[in-house]
Amino acid sequence: MSTRLADHGRLIDRSKPMNFEFNGKRMKGYEGDTLASALLGAGQTLVGRSFKYHRPRGIIASGGEEPNALVNMGQGGRFEPNQRTTTTELFDGLYATSQNHWPSLEFDVGVVNNYVARFLPAGFYYKTFMAPRAAWKHVFEPIVRQSAGLGKVPKDRDVDTYEYFYHHTDVLIVGGGVAGLAAAKAAAASGAKVMVVEQTAHWGGRTPVDGGEIDGIPAADWIEATVEALENMDNVTLRLRMQGSGIYDHGYALGYERVADHTPGDGRPRHRLWRIRAQQIVNATGAIERPLSFAGNDIPGVMLAGAVRDYVVNWGVSAGDRTVVVTNNDDAYRTALVLKEAGLEVPVIIDARAAVTSPLAQAARAAGIRVAEGKGIAKVHGGKFVTGVSICAQAGEGSSLEEIKCDAVAMSGGWSPVVHLWSHCGGKLIWDEVQAFFRPDPARPPLSHDGKGFVLTAGSASGALGLSDVLTDADAAGKAAGKAAGGKAGRKAAPKAAAEVHQAMEPVWIMPQGASIQKRMKMWLDYQNDVKVSDVQLAAREGYESVEHTKRYTTLGMATDQGKLSNINGLAVLSDALDQPIPQTGTTTFRPPYTPISFGAIAGEAKDELFQPIRKTPMHDWHEEAGAYFEPVGHWRRPYTYPKPDETHAQAVNREVLNTRERLGLLDASTLGKLIVSGPDAGRFMDMMYTNLMSTLPVGKCRYGLMCTENGFLSDDGVVARIDETTWLCHTTSGGADRIHAWMEDWLQCEWWDWKVHVANVTEQLAQVAVVGPNARKVLEKLGGMDVSKETLPFMQWADGTIGGFDARVYRISFSGELSYEIAVPASQGRAFWDALLEAGEEFGVMPYGTEALHIMRAEKGFIMIGDETDGTIIPQDLGLNWAISKKKDDFLGKRAQLRSHMVDPDRWKLVGLETLDGTVIPDGAYAVGEGVNANGQKNVIGRVTSTYFSPTLNKGIAMGLIKHGPDRMGEVVDFPTLDGTGTVIKARIVDQVFYDKEGAKGNV
Amino acid sequence: MLTLHCPNCGVMADETELHAEGEAHIKRFGPGSSDEEFENYLFERKNPKGVHFERWRHVAGCGKYFHAARNTMTLEVYGTYSAQTLAPPKTLVNAIKKKHPEWEGWA
Ligand SMILES: [Zn+2]
Repeated sequence: MSTRLADHGRLIDRSKPMNFEFNGKRMKGYEGDTLASALLGAGQTLVGRSFKYHRPRGIIASGGEEPNALVNMGQGGRFEPNQRTTTTELFDGLYATSQNHWPSLEFDVGVVNNYVARFLPAGFYYKTFMAPRAAWKHVFEPIVRQSAGLGKVPKDRDVDTYEYFYHHTDVLIVGGGVAGLAAAKAAAASGAKVMVVEQTAHWGGRTPVDGGEIDGIPAADWIEATVEALENMDNVTLRLRMQGSGIYDHGYALGYERVADHTPGDGRPRHRLWRIRAQQIVNATGAIERPLSFAGNDIPGVMLAGAVRDYVVNWGVSAGDRTVVVTNNDDAYRTALVLKEAGLEVPVIIDARAAVTSPLAQAARAAGIRVAEGKGIAKVHGGKFVTGVSICAQAGEGSSLEEIKCDAVAMSGGWSPVVHLWSHCGGKLIWDEVQAFFRPDPARPPLSHDGKGFVLTAGSASGALGLSDVLTDADAAGKAAGKAAGGKAGRKAAPKAAAEVHQAMEPVWIMPQGASIQKRMKMWLDYQNDVKVSDVQLAAREGYESVEHTKRYTTLGMATDQGKLSNINGLAVLSDALDQPIPQTGTTTFRPPYTPISFGAIAGEAKDELFQPIRKTPMHDWHEEAGAYFEPVGHWRRPYTYPKPDETHAQAVNREVLNTRERLGLLDASTLGKLIVSGPDAGRFMDMMYTNLMSTLPVGKCRYGLMCTENGFLSDDGVVARIDETTWLCHTTSGGADRIHAWMEDWLQCEWWDWKVHVANVTEQLAQVAVVGPNARKVLEKLGGMDVSKETLPFMQWADGTIGGFDARVYRISFSGELSYEIAVPASQGRAFWDALLEAGEEFGVMPYGTEALHIMRAEKGFIMIGDETDGTIIPQDLGLNWAISKKKDDFLGKRAQLRSHMVDPDRWKLVGLETLDGTVIPDGAYAVGEGVNANGQKNVIGRVTSTYFSPTLNKGIAMGLIKHGPDRMGEVVDFPTLDGTGTVIKARIVDQVFYDKEGAKGNV
Repeated sequence: MLTLHCPNCGVMADETELHAEGEAHIKRFGPGSSDEEFENYLFERKNPKGVHFERWRHVAGCGKYFHAARNTMTLEVYGTYSAQTLAPPKTLVNAIKKKHPEWEGWA
């Protein structure tokens, strides 16, 4: 069993004990612990269950590569699943529970999946989807549901805050180990602006664990001195607890800073997302140790050799009393020596290499540790914890030569450079035959805008594994980055360490090499996703030759692992099964982030009222005070209706419609897009933009116009006013102003750049109020000023003047069919003008109305609405708007498209009015069905509803819809089946779409 | 997150300030064109893996459109230039050709 040692532990402060709770058990750790070291120190080796088979799982690693020890952290508003114990700093009162088990960690029902494992092979999900429906529903779904999903979803709202930082730097160095620090020192000496980020809470990486000397002083002292020197430089920024999460195009990088994970509730933001732009990025991301594939390599107590060493040296925690070391390289011998030095038993070092004579092996032998050469592990004994191992010949099939009792296994399959960040933005890899790993190919880095590489690697991330090589490589990378970012060329010598003599590692992908299928079914490649050697081999047999396909078929390296522990071993097994060299198989794509980052950090401050900017009209405050119910229109918030107390929205809308038709309504129309098109060629330009002839519109008049895309489809509509000889004002839809402005700019800048026209979006310069109803003229006349009589200002004309002392431009246009004036005043005067209208209008029964009343009134008049009658596939001809399409013009945007055969097809659905026979309202989006059935046995569809309302004016349901041959079928009745499950069919008669005041008499008075 | 130099205002613009506007130098075909010409104009795009000419708009900057010659694979930007031209500058085309002799060339 794991335990806390009486000494060791360079990172913990034993004078500061901390209490925490795991699965309801009170436990004790120390300041400086990670949750993982504290759990191991408290003797908790079982920390979770695997994803698919629910096998017992313990801690394997000591850093971000940990696949197993993911827990639910916190409670309530601070609950979060899948938190890595190895990267969670302990704090007093920490609360965690284990995942993927029911009812308890020790006794888990889901482990039944383990016993039916042979029915859950690679590709299980895909194969299952092919099974009969009944089997899926009754057999597989309950199993999959039980085992699917990693952790629990938080139920409460996150109580923490998050934020973004933006940062520009010449050189970004990812990783604060000795390589990162040496690179930083060299880059900073060039004068470049340098930022160094380190994901843990400590500088120096793994070097202090392994010791050694740099420039003649102990490595730990060199680290301290270097950090201090960097801190004192103005051009250097250092950040701990910050991961370089991803590298993107042209020197863009994301930093994920865990500001207050270890001090929850202290008022600081929990996480910070740094959006960094760097000229040069140096990846000093180190290396990750590889597991070995032997039977039972997932039993709690089997750990990476480097992690076993870390726990002793950093946190004074032993993985077990008797630890068997199994390896194919020299580095694991350091673990054996550290354990021995700490007074723990190492019964044997099992080395797959036939003869081991390196200095580290000699040191181990000298310390009295037995070295079994040419051997492997045939099997690990135990269930929820390790009880022993069987030794076998690595070259054989796994016959047990010897049983050895132990309670921990420290394994090392060699080290792989962390190439993730190098690969994120397209850096290429090469296969290193000697060290059996993929490493960054310096000749093929990710390229920046100038075609030059912007990412370098330093130290182990380059593939350098000894301290001396690491320092030399890192210093060179730092100098190169500083220079490439515009700094001075460095001349100082690189930090020095003694060169080490190593015996070459020997690639071991399966242990023993001739293991039986029974053994291969117990060799885990991917602990998190429960992928075994046998699964990858099965995938290869079933024809999955591409590594990307195999990944998805077996789920190898998916989820949070992202190829950290599973990658090379899995590729090697696949390559072996396909009988091809590893580089030919290649790797899967490494995608950011390096380890998962919180949704909170991604959202930052963009939530609630800061989620997106909200546009408010000058009268917005009045609407709020009046209790308006708002609806979003683009980024605007528009009053949908103004309900009175005790009124439903529907009742309020009906009241607003009737009041406007009978007395006087006010609409805040300020959101309407207002674009000024001006210049000597403006008329010509307007004729291209609109389907109508706009160049001939006389000054002082208004004309309703349509705009189409080059595909012929209706894109926007609105009333155009001719302001003077060279100026037009275009009203667009509320949501369309910015889009149409950009559309006009596009044509002016990129197609007709020699035309003398300019466009200005003046939407927000003006407040606009629609004064509507039989009393509209009365209220304006009462306010006094310009002549608004029928004679002076007839329908579809506009005039400038004053009303009630306000400078106003008044348009006689109507979207309701009533007598209507749309009056624009300077935005700063909007609220005062609105107040004046309300006050003066009181005796005329004035009431504001919202967008829903606007919609109903326009539907009663048969006016189309962009977004209701159009959906990006509708041409004006579909809507009976041929009258607004000029036949005189040679060209306008969309004209050519509207001549295509499909666009002139007489079978296109055309707009008509629909009147239900029983007065009910057709549901939104209802389809009309006709005679006969289609190939699927479904009734043939002959049309659909586009706008449907209860008309308070007519006291019945009215609708518009697109119906095949609709205009030729006036008076016929069509069926609209409802989808409420009752089988009800609403019958509606095809009628003229203008339901109210067909002659247009009301508006033209 | 590309960075592109806006030739109109001179800013080295981050992609968040820009809006991609599709392939550059597409000749418009209007009324009178054949169905094939019109189809090509409206729908056919090169979408190459490699050298490409694009339209961009500095939408959260000066608001102007410009052209960029860019490699869609390596993300190298060969240059940006005015939107008011029917073809990329010869010097730019020659520089790309020099760098990528195998490139089929402009248009
Ligand atoms: Zn610009």
